[in-house]
Amino acid sequence: MDMFQNILITIATAATPLLIAALGELVVERSGVLNLGVEGMMVMGAVTGFAVALSTGNPWLGMLAGTIVGALFSQLFAFLVLSVATNQVATGLSLTLLGLGLSGMIGESFVGQPGIKLPNVEIPMLSELPVVGKLLFGQDPIFYIALALVFSVWWFLFRTRAGLTLRSIGDNHDSAHALGIKVLRIRYLAVAFGGACAGLAGAHLTLVYTPQWIENMTAGRGWIALALVVFASWRPARVLAGAYLFGAVSIGQLHAQALGLGIPSQLLSSLPYLATILVLVIISQNRRLTLINTPASLGRPFVPDR
Amino acid sequence: MRIELSKRSQQSAWWQLASPFLAFLLTLIAGAIVFAALGKNPALGLYYFFIDPLTELWSLHELTVKAGPLILIAVGLCVCYRSNNWNIGAEGQFIMGAVLASALPILAPGFQNFMTLPLMLLLGMLGGALYAGIPALLKARFNANEILTSLMLVYVAQLFLDWLVRGVWRDPKGFAFPGSIRFPPAATIPEIIPSQGAAHYGFLLAILAAIIVWFFLGRTLKGFEVRVIGLSPRAGRFAGFSSSGMVFFSFMLSGALAGLAGISEVSGAIGQLREVISPGYGFTAIIVAFLGRLNPLGAIMAGLLLALTYLGGEAAQQSLGISLRAVRVFQGMLLFFVLACDTLIIYKVRFVGTRKTEVVS
Amino acid sequence: MASGVSIGNGSSAMLEATGIVKTFGTLKANDNVNLSVAEGEIHALLGENGAGKSTLVKMLYGSLQPDSGEIRWRGNKVSIPSPFAARHIGIGMVFQHFSLFDSLSVADNIKLSLDREFGKGDVAARARSLSVDYGLPLNPDSIVGDLSVGERQRVEIVRCLLQNPSLIILDEPTSVLTPQEADNLFVTLERLKGEGRSILYISHRLDEVKRICDRATILRHGKVVGHCDPRQETASSLATMMVGTSVAAIRRDGSSSKGEVLLELAAASMPAASPFAVALRDVSLSVRAGEVIGIAGVAGNGQSELFKMISGEETLSDNGSIKMMGKPCASIGINARRRLGASFVPEERLGHSAIPQMSLTQNMLLSRHGSDRAAFLRFGPVGLIRPDVTLRATKRVSEAMDVRKVGDDPDASSLSGGNLQKFIMGRELDRQPSVLVVNQPTWGVDAGAAARIRQALVDLARNGSAVVVISQDLDEIFEISDRITVIHDGKLSAPMTASEATLEKIGLLMGGANPGHELPPAPDVAHTDAHDRAVH
Repeated sequence: MDMFQNILITIATAATPLLIAALGELVVERSGVLNLGVEGMMVMGAVTGFAVALSTGNPWLGMLAGTIVGALFSQLFAFLVLSVATNQVATGLSLTLLGLGLSGMIGESFVGQPGIKLPNVEIPMLSELPVVGKLLFGQDPIFYIALALVFSVWWFLFRTRAGLTLRSIGDNHDSAHALGIKVLRIRYLAVAFGGACAGLAGAHLTLVYTPQWIENMTAGRGWIALALVVFASWRPARVLAGAYLFGAVSIGQLHAQALGLGIPSQLLSSLPYLATILVLVIISQNRRLTLINTPASLGRPFVPDR
Repeated sequence: MRIELSKRSQQSAWWQLASPFLAFLLTLIAGAIVFAALGKNPALGLYYFFIDPLTELWSLHELTVKAGPLILIAVGLCVCYRSNNWNIGAEGQFIMGAVLASALPILAPGFQNFMTLPLMLLLGMLGGALYAGIPALLKARFNANEILTSLMLVYVAQLFLDWLVRGVWRDPKGFAFPGSIRFPPAATIPEIIPSQGAAHYGFLLAILAAIIVWFFLGRTLKGFEVRVIGLSPRAGRFAGFSSSGMVFFSFMLSGALAGLAGISEVSGAIGQLREVISPGYGFTAIIVAFLGRLNPLGAIMAGLLLALTYLGGEAAQQSLGISLRAVRVFQGMLLFFVLACDTLIIYKVRFVGTRKTEVVS
Repeated sequence: MASGVSIGNGSSAMLEATGIVKTFGTLKANDNVNLSVAEGEIHALLGENGAGKSTLVKMLYGSLQPDSGEIRWRGNKVSIPSPFAARHIGIGMVFQHFSLFDSLSVADNIKLSLDREFGKGDVAARARSLSVDYGLPLNPDSIVGDLSVGERQRVEIVRCLLQNPSLIILDEPTSVLTPQEADNLFVTLERLKGEGRSILYISHRLDEVKRICDRATILRHGKVVGHCDPRQETASSLATMMVGTSVAAIRRDGSSSKGEVLLELAAASMPAASPFAVALRDVSLSVRAGEVIGIAGVAGNGQSELFKMISGEETLSDNGSIKMMGKPCASIGINARRRLGASFVPEERLGHSAIPQMSLTQNMLLSRHGSDRAAFLRFGPVGLIRPDVTLRATKRVSEAMDVRKVGDDPDASSLSGGNLQKFIMGRELDRQPSVLVVNQPTWGVDAGAAARIRQALVDLARNGSAVVVISQDLDEIFEISDRITVIHDGKLSAPMTASEATLEKIGLLMGGANPGHELPPAPDVAHTDAHDRAVH
């Protein structure tokens, strides 16, 4: 039973960064912006989180710093795409390339150093419940933040006026502009939120998942988060399901490697990537559904006439 | 202060030429700031990065070795991005081209004659093209986002290569080090002037490819089709062009060139298949393509410049102790500035202050 | 806020704009424009495409800021920095290209335009009661993307009225309506006027301006060229003021001697390609050499789908359901149909029939690389483009259609809408096509260019070609067609000759009335007249 719970906990730990990064990107895309720089913002959050935690000795400060740096880093993308109207695909890519380069440089001196882990939040009594106690009530703080984010993002998007405004921009920025809605300002904020989420997700990697710094340690998680948003057809609850599914796949292949089934480890390691492709294919196949769900102005530049 | 854009009625020809240079200049300035922040002398840093490698003959040879694959890949990406197909998995196609072509010397080491090398180059193109055909098929047939699928396939290709050189293709005499046998001379791209340096004929292949694709894009109907579909798929349908056909065409062309780059690197520069055969050429080539303004001739210049950053990074590390990772920072910044400067081609940019309005261009 | 009192041309001016200037780049969109709208009047703003009407009202609604000039509202000088500010002081707007959100519900669409003070409480219920009150029935829960054009306009109007505006700006409101729907709109407008509200009515349709407007301000090339009482003017005097010169009437002399059938659709059907597209059902039509067939209809009833089907942008599996020059061609592509002798001009210029970022010679190649392969290309499969030949063709077309441009071969984006459309039309006419299918030939085109294009269409038919014109502009349809049919919800009505067609008959068909059959199911008020209508 304990082993079962432990597996579930590792799945949750693997799913959490994907969940947070994907929720952030979901909000960005709902506002009509496609930010392919998730990987870059995530890795920046990871290195900052690690560096700050190590140099202050305080992992909470590391978590906060990772989040802030993610948000700041995203503004580079926001400035180019929103104020200078550059191509969103290319700009997002360059954010990823720059993030991978910068983080490598910043993290150089931290390679091989042991990191500091965020303490688990243990709720007395409840965390000692059998089977689910530790899973639900004895996890790292970011696990709870992620779950809270699922609900808050849903509530914000579908239950508040600001959320409605954000969705309206994603649907048709020209109409929104004609009504006097500040399209660019709201998009700046959305991109910052997405960056903060990616940064937090990255900090989770270095402060919870594997408390150390390895170059390029995001290993494509930012891209998987992007795929999750498509998989979830831009709905928060479905992102939750997708992230845990991917967490299960990546933990499953790790366990399979440990068991030594004679399957090449490289094949097992490529499973999360192959699963991403498979999921994309299945979900995109229905063009009609994709068309209905995709925010209509996603990726289109907006230049107001003055 | 904020920025106001207004669309030009006609694209600015002047900025089309000038924007890459302005971007490079801005990168130099930003680079100097980074060096200063690292506590290094900015002038010296820039010297080692961009000038020192050009002062010696052997290092000029190295420049072409690094520029060759960058140009080859970037030329293919020009076609892809012009047609609005976002292949960002060239790194994977590079690997798979190298793998398929290496099968010949590794599996049939006895087959050594004048046909070996041409066959390997063809196999390299085939490997890259087929691997690029996967995201193309998934996009054309299943509507799956090609950016994500092509990128995921990079990780898969890297793992596949790793498996090969540690497993079935490992050199039995290699002391358990990952890596294939060394290629026989007939399977090696010869050096151009062996006495002087490492430059091999792969570079000339790249120049040739750039010129052919440039001519093709600008002067032929198929090249016209690439541009039309990229600018407006709807107008492409009106012209009777097939968007899904273009997905395959552009992906497989760029895949073939990336695969050619892969085998050219393995056969010309490395001499065997290893677990890592690229310092990220497939991604750096994205920057090359944009810096060259998606023009194959521009890609030659841009490829040489980006190759210079690789060499300059090494020089700066040896002389000033600047991290080798600064190279990727430089490359990333360069792409940012290129994209920003390209806006000047399409838009007039005004900086609007709180009080006065200042027209810049 | 300043408290000066207006001393303009009457103390009852609700809105008064003086000396408004707005420049875009080198274009003076508004040049010292004065406009005054009195309390409780319907004021027309008349002008051609590109005269500066939209720019002016965008400034009144706060979407754009004037470079200079002042706006007075009920005598007080105001600045209107945003649409929020405009709505706050009591100015509402109904856009021509609706500012709606397809994926959201009607209620959400309304909520988005309401400011805090109006946005509280049950917006849906208020919208429902107000819409019933004004005879503009709406279901707040439906998704806007599923609504017809007329219903969308109702959403815009209801959304505007919910804020209780004193001045309502309507931008070309009838261009998307059937004549009967337009009549209903006029009733609503009269009622609003009766409530003491003012209406600024933008249009280029002279009949309706004469019918409902109390005063008119006429704009030409960004300047005010006159004020008048439209009821005292004739349609042609208004037109002359608008255009500056009198526009030549279309010559349709010569007997329309009917030749053989060149284009034939036999119960052709095409499923909807996307969620908001229209399926075409059993479309039958035969067009003879020498005639112009006009296809009228309200936007969004399958016009672009019909164009795709006839042109071959979309192919059908049943090859026989379309014939050109007697040859079955429903499953061959657009270039194969061009080689049969057909030509096509779609509705959208930028990004469909032309690529704005490309030069005119390249745009020449766009539609003619297949049909004129021998002339424009060489070396067979290599397909080397011959720039000299395409340039000659571009010059020829530009001269024939009087295309005004700078240089020999500028980018398409640098041409005005009218000149680009003349170039596109000329590109196809240059081939002397046996069949020409045109969607919205003069949309957004100035009067001079429109007249020239219409004349060219008529002339082509008189020289023995079959011409199909799909248009939402009923004046255009009546001006050039020999026979007229109506597309509604993907179905085509039986064609009638121009002499039997009346505005009323066509209007009813546009609204979905099915001659000789049951009443249409839609609850639309406009449709109720169908009952009384005599059929054939």
